[in-house]
Amino acid sequence: MSSIAFVAITILTLAAALAAATLQKLMHAALSFAVMFVGISAFFFLLGAEFVGLVQIFVYIGAVAVLIVFTILLTRDDVGKVQSFNWSGVIVAIAVFAGLVWAIANTKSLPLTPPLIEPVRVQRIGELLMTNYVWPLQCVGVLLTAALIGALILVMEEKT
Amino acid sequence: MSDSLDQIFIHAKQWLLSFISGRAPDWLIQIASSLINIATLLGVFLTLFALISVLERKILGRMQNRYGPNRVGPFGLFQPVADGIKMLIKEDIVPDRADKIVHFLAPVLIAATAILSLGVIPYGRNMTPFVIDGGILFFFAVGSTTELAVFMAGWGSNNKFSMLGAMRAIAQMISYELPLIITVLPVVMIVGSLNPDKIVGAQAAYSLGFMPHWFVFTPWGATAFILFFVSGLVESNRTPFDVPEGESEIVAGHMTEYSGFKYATFFMAEYIGMFAISGLGITLFLGGWRAPVHFLDFIPSYVWFFVKLSILLFVYIWLRGTLPRTRVDQIMNFAWKFMLPMAFTCVVAAAVWHYTGRGLRGWLWSLAVIAAVYFTLSILLDTRRKFAPRTYRFAE
Amino acid sequence: MTLSILLVVSAALFCIGLLAALSRRHAIFILIGIEMMLAAANLNFIAFWRFAPQPAQPTGMMVAIFAIAIAAAEAAVGLAMVIAVYRHFRTTNVDRLDRLKG
Repeated sequence: MSSIAFVAITILTLAAALAAATLQKLMHAALSFAVMFVGISAFFFLLGAEFVGLVQIFVYIGAVAVLIVFTILLTRDDVGKVQSFNWSGVIVAIAVFAGLVWAIANTKSLPLTPPLIEPVRVQRIGELLMTNYVWPLQCVGVLLTAALIGALILVMEEKT
Repeated sequence: MSDSLDQIFIHAKQWLLSFISGRAPDWLIQIASSLINIATLLGVFLTLFALISVLERKILGRMQNRYGPNRVGPFGLFQPVADGIKMLIKEDIVPDRADKIVHFLAPVLIAATAILSLGVIPYGRNMTPFVIDGGILFFFAVGSTTELAVFMAGWGSNNKFSMLGAMRAIAQMISYELPLIITVLPVVMIVGSLNPDKIVGAQAAYSLGFMPHWFVFTPWGATAFILFFVSGLVESNRTPFDVPEGESEIVAGHMTEYSGFKYATFFMAEYIGMFAISGLGITLFLGGWRAPVHFLDFIPSYVWFFVKLSILLFVYIWLRGTLPRTRVDQIMNFAWKFMLPMAFTCVVAAAVWHYTGRGLRGWLWSLAVIAAVYFTLSILLDTRRKFAPRTYRFAE
Repeated sequence: MTLSILLVVSAALFCIGLLAALSRRHAIFILIGIEMMLAAANLNFIAFWRFAPQPAQPTGMMVAIFAIAIAAAEAAVGLAMVIAVYRHFRTTNVDRLDRLKG
């Protein structure tokens, strides 16, 4: 049962990723980008990391995808112009993919089946965030504040 | 007897599943169980949507000293049937230069996210359709996908009014997501879990035999509930915050180019969003499916949930009939300058309540914190002195 | 569902992101490609966490959560830069942003 789910989610994610990378119309690419993140969240749910999957939907689809569509809206003058496509990028991507698959196939300890675990409770993640990972948490807080202020300053129009 | 009446739907579902339980593999039984849950949820809430659409018009009519619709059926209660037939037989007009895929998918996505968010709310004892450990986070994650769908609706119509309406709607919804989520934070902090069942369970006790331990009866809970309720009003684009669909301003905002059944889908998604936010508010603050006094426990749990839901929906309709629409910049100011600081104050007040003991002392201390911040904000945000005294000029 | 198949899937996702970042000339597409690469790396972390000998520390999950937060911050700043550049140069084609060329 989970193999059927795994195959279906893989096909969905990779198809959406290919669509996001190669579609001509920018808005369709941004929307298939959002669908790809739904697929990756489904992977996380399948692997037992439910909290990470939910955070992914919340942050990426609820925030990053909305930011991207807003930016597409605000930078629209190439409507109708055909986007140029650089074919050497395809060759590099295929080469990197071949290299990675060769590395994965030559590692001996990898054909493992998933051990049975129960999903990690949110309470445990909260405890860890406040005890072991409190420094990264505060640093990420400062980083997000800095990003917020930086992004605001970048797009603020100067008072003429 | 009261227990069997309480669990009547659970027993009915188990009876239905017993037909296939011996002969089917495990995953098929799980899928069948989920399908029964989904079918019941859709049936109940779509009927409630139809009922609310006519009750709202009748209640608004009564508040405006007129009858609402009263021609179709007894007291006009078959009006949704007439409305549904009208919506279904209308011609579906799609603008010629609109983006067909995006234009079609937008109402589907909005309705899908609204219905998804209904799945984690506990409607009665053991009656949560899908038990997820991070249920509250699931609700907000799915709710934040609504903004993308609203943008798709506005952009896919290839219409400046739609685009403008969609941008205003998204700005409003994003601004109010912050107070919405931060007001939930004190409840999650005090309970210690994101599971809606545990949150209802934490409000179970009764002190002095008649005072339930609902979170709305604490100062931080009451403030958080009011802020949550107002944010819920904004998230579902209801008056007084219905700038995105204000008929006198922007035609119908992001829904301008939709006709017939797609418009009905937008309408339905707005009401189901209202039900979902009210359901979540009941779970978090009003004790979920618990009875307000201990000796009324024999009334089934889902009846209590729907009684509380009806009261909240009546308040929604009441506000619609009473308050005028606010301006967009007033909405933004209210969110960022007032609601966000008050939401953070609720978090601090909840911590103060917990650490000074949860009794009377905790109540008074947290009330002091909230009152102090409220008065400071009302002094800082005073707008009275920014306007010149009003001059009246009359025609000669 | 073995670990090697999951790693191949995340490698494929990474390479599609690389494809988007290298071969498209629109600035926003490049950002989409970068976000895809980050998501593929997150998938790798979670896959390794899941297949680790039990009981495993939830370190993979924590890294993934922080990576999501950082990716969101970086996307916000990147998109702000795209808007600022567009305001000045009136184009989002990265081939035409060559004023500093000698």
